[in-house]
Amino acid sequence: MSFLSLTERDREEMLATIGVDSIEELFRDIPEGVRFDRELDLEPALSEQEIVAHLEELAAKNVDTGRELSFLGAGIYDHYVPAVVDTVLSRGELLTAYTPYQPEMSQGVLQAIFEYQTAVCELTGMDVSNASGYDGTTVAADACYVAKHVTGRSRVVVAETLNPQVRQVVKTYAPGFGLEVVEVPHRGGVTDPDELAAAARDAACVIFQQPNFFGCLEPAPDLAAAANDAGALPVAHVDPVSLGVLEAPGAYGCALAIGEGQAAGNYQSYGGPHYGFMAARSDYVRRMPGRIVGETTDVEGRRAYVLTLQTREQHIRREKATSNITTNQTLLALAGLVHLSWLGPQGLKEQGETCMALAAYAKERLDLPLAFPDQTTFKEFAIRVGRPAEDAIRAAREQGVHPGYALKRDYAGMEDALLVCVTEKRTRSDIDRLAEMLAA
Amino acid sequence: MKLIYERSQEGRRASSLPPNDLPVPEIPEELRRDRPPRLPELAEPELVRHFTKISTRTFGIDTGFYPLGSCTMKHNPRVNERVVNLPGFRDLHPLQEEEGSQGALELMWRLQEILAEVAGLPAVSLQPAAGSQGELTGLMLMRAYFADRGEAETRRKIVIPDTAHGTNPASVTMGGYEVTPVKTDPRGNIDVEDLRTKVDEGTAGLMLTNPSTLGLFDESIEQITRIFHEAGALMYYDGANLNAVCGISRPGDMGFDIVHFNLHKTFSQPHGGGGPGGGPIAVRERLEPFLPVPAIVRDGEEAFRLDYDRPKTIGKVRGFCGPFGVFVRSYAYIRAYGPGLREMSEVAVLNANYMLARLKDAYELPFDRLCMHEFVLSARGLKREHGITALDVAKRLMDYDFHPPTIYFPLVVPEALMIEPTETEAKETLDEFVDAMLEIARDAAERPELLKEAPHNRPVGRVDEVKAAKRAVVRYLFEDHPDLSKEPASGRELEVQKGA
Repeated sequence: MSFLSLTERDREEMLATIGVDSIEELFRDIPEGVRFDRELDLEPALSEQEIVAHLEELAAKNVDTGRELSFLGAGIYDHYVPAVVDTVLSRGELLTAYTPYQPEMSQGVLQAIFEYQTAVCELTGMDVSNASGYDGTTVAADACYVAKHVTGRSRVVVAETLNPQVRQVVKTYAPGFGLEVVEVPHRGGVTDPDELAAAARDAACVIFQQPNFFGCLEPAPDLAAAANDAGALPVAHVDPVSLGVLEAPGAYGCALAIGEGQAAGNYQSYGGPHYGFMAARSDYVRRMPGRIVGETTDVEGRRAYVLTLQTREQHIRREKATSNITTNQTLLALAGLVHLSWLGPQGLKEQGETCMALAAYAKERLDLPLAFPDQTTFKEFAIRVGRPAEDAIRAAREQGVHPGYALKRDYAGMEDALLVCVTEKRTRSDIDRLAEMLAA
Repeated sequence: MKLIYERSQEGRRASSLPPNDLPVPEIPEELRRDRPPRLPELAEPELVRHFTKISTRTFGIDTGFYPLGSCTMKHNPRVNERVVNLPGFRDLHPLQEEEGSQGALELMWRLQEILAEVAGLPAVSLQPAAGSQGELTGLMLMRAYFADRGEAETRRKIVIPDTAHGTNPASVTMGGYEVTPVKTDPRGNIDVEDLRTKVDEGTAGLMLTNPSTLGLFDESIEQITRIFHEAGALMYYDGANLNAVCGISRPGDMGFDIVHFNLHKTFSQPHGGGGPGGGPIAVRERLEPFLPVPAIVRDGEEAFRLDYDRPKTIGKVRGFCGPFGVFVRSYAYIRAYGPGLREMSEVAVLNANYMLARLKDAYELPFDRLCMHEFVLSARGLKREHGITALDVAKRLMDYDFHPPTIYFPLVVPEALMIEPTETEAKETLDEFVDAMLEIARDAAERPELLKEAPHNRPVGRVDEVKAAKRAVVRYLFEDHPDLSKEPASGRELEVQKGA
């Protein structure tokens, strides 16, 4: 086996040092009754070359966004990932380290996490960020756990325009947290602040998405104000790519800002691994879940970084911890930091504007009824194709175009609606081609 | 080293984007951003140098030996990085239609089949993002299972041994259960007499790591299983230490009903400085209806699909199907071994026992038995006689270019040093580490200051953790950033337990 280094002679010497005759003897503490008495029924071992061939064969059965002109979004996005991200992530030191428990060995990754936390705080207008959560769904459940403990209330409110998968994860976690989940329906593609205000009474938190799942811009400051007036924590679920052009949640009164980081620096990768981000006002720093890196000094007064506020965490607080998270998504968050550093503030703004401009062009060019014609949208928008959405998808895919996501999967009354996503990777001629497909 | 923000100059950038000549729609004023985020501003050469320097100040398995107990820091084969970056995987959208994602579905289905065989349990969900989330998912399954039987209100307790990872009790609370602790007996097994008094009709289940965090296989496992199953309770297997027993003893055969795998430990997903991980779970038939959706199923020989039609499902614990890239790497890893996974575990256990045999006279061994894939020593004697702590030993190991073991965990062993070599190390590496540990034990008596002042060859010396926690400077504050070197040291060092 190529990953093992021991020779036969090594093994004999080692067994002699231990004082046993065979490897089997090392397992003598395992009761006979629970020993596995046959060989694992797995396919035979493959050489490296055979592994590559086998996985190439599997990969070839997938239709990736290089083989099909794709307008799929709905939470995972085909944005450009710069080469420098690949370069940094292929550094073996970063790839193969673990959680930086020993700061003297790990100043590099600790500093990178500190820089990542800074970037997330800058994007969201918040005071503190953790080192990452699993993805854009689980950070919403984390936010509910924070809100439950901060407010002592047992109900959470989610806008129906929040990504359906995020809502589903919140609902899955809620019973264990002792929380009830209430949904506020949308009105013409966005959430009504008055309706939200009514639902927010006695709620621990209110979670809404900006831009929302339909791509529409929510009246986010009004939604945050409605939550604050009710004593519920306003939580904004935001797209990092939008935050060069859209206001930061911290600037309009949110307590927490969360989101899926994939759009900034991660490939689509069939949905993971990516990183969820979570940032908060300083009031909630000691309720934050997960790892946080802080600045300090070493014995000689030199600047140093270290995992901090660990009395929140499971390895010290055990059943009283703010979360059970241990392994997080550091490598993906690092990709996010590199990506955002590559973009810079101006690049992020240009990217947001380009997405918006192309999406606006697509809206006009497709010439199909908009599901929510009164709303301003960012990089996604919903259209009515006048026939079952899956028929439109099938027909377009036969021509090598994936026209978008069928909203009927999550919303009643939207049988003919498609959610179309346009990133900076799509061109005008790509959009023209989509228009021809959908007109056909 | 400067922070990336301290290298920034206004107007610099690394990115070039396709020019946009289309009109940009107007954003309503109250939603528009006026003050840009202060992201780094560097050209690409400086950007690359910054992150290269970041990497050189980080220690990974590629750098050297990393025997961090309970974390299974094994070699990460590079072929796995090659295959995960195939465009058919890397650039696949998770909402692609099933006919456009057959390769991904097949890979996941195959991985499920493999994990079921390794666990000795029939049904698998790959969805959980990490071991901790696997635990929480397992507790959600228990809740749903007992609710289905009308016992949700009565079964409130989860039994956890005092050797458990902190994640276990944290998960129990998040899952809405209460922790019932159980003691460890003088051989390092669960104290069965104590256990008998704690399991009753109010018990929902047990969470157990086997081998335990002491690196010991619980010799009473059959009795333990009987106690729980007779009480109508469920058994949860924390797979953190599965690297010891692949193909040797299966959790399902031990009697466990729910198992999580740590794909980043046992099956070599690179740890990435803290993640990503993967925490699939395998369960017995009676728990299958409650598994997260979608399930990945095979229709006939060739067609794979996502099945959402599971009326009793707990729901979803993560987006889409889970961390797919992790599945690709772990699947490739397992295919390199095939049934030889048993040898992987055998060598992991051989390596650990070899180191233990060479070290047990110089350090205290709290439970004098053969170990499994890891072992726990105590620096209690060094502390008593020379004032040298586990922390000092750990820091001194850095001078030899080794990553220290896990320290101060498990909590039942004072001054614990938890060492897990994994199977991928050469004997010479094990010997060099052991020689260093033996020299450190001698130096503890002869030159204790050398240990107290360690490490000597790192970019920073020991750090002031108390100051970090008290000041809570958790982001760069630009022109308002404080100079912590001008503030007094806390004069105190935290010796918190560290490890998975």
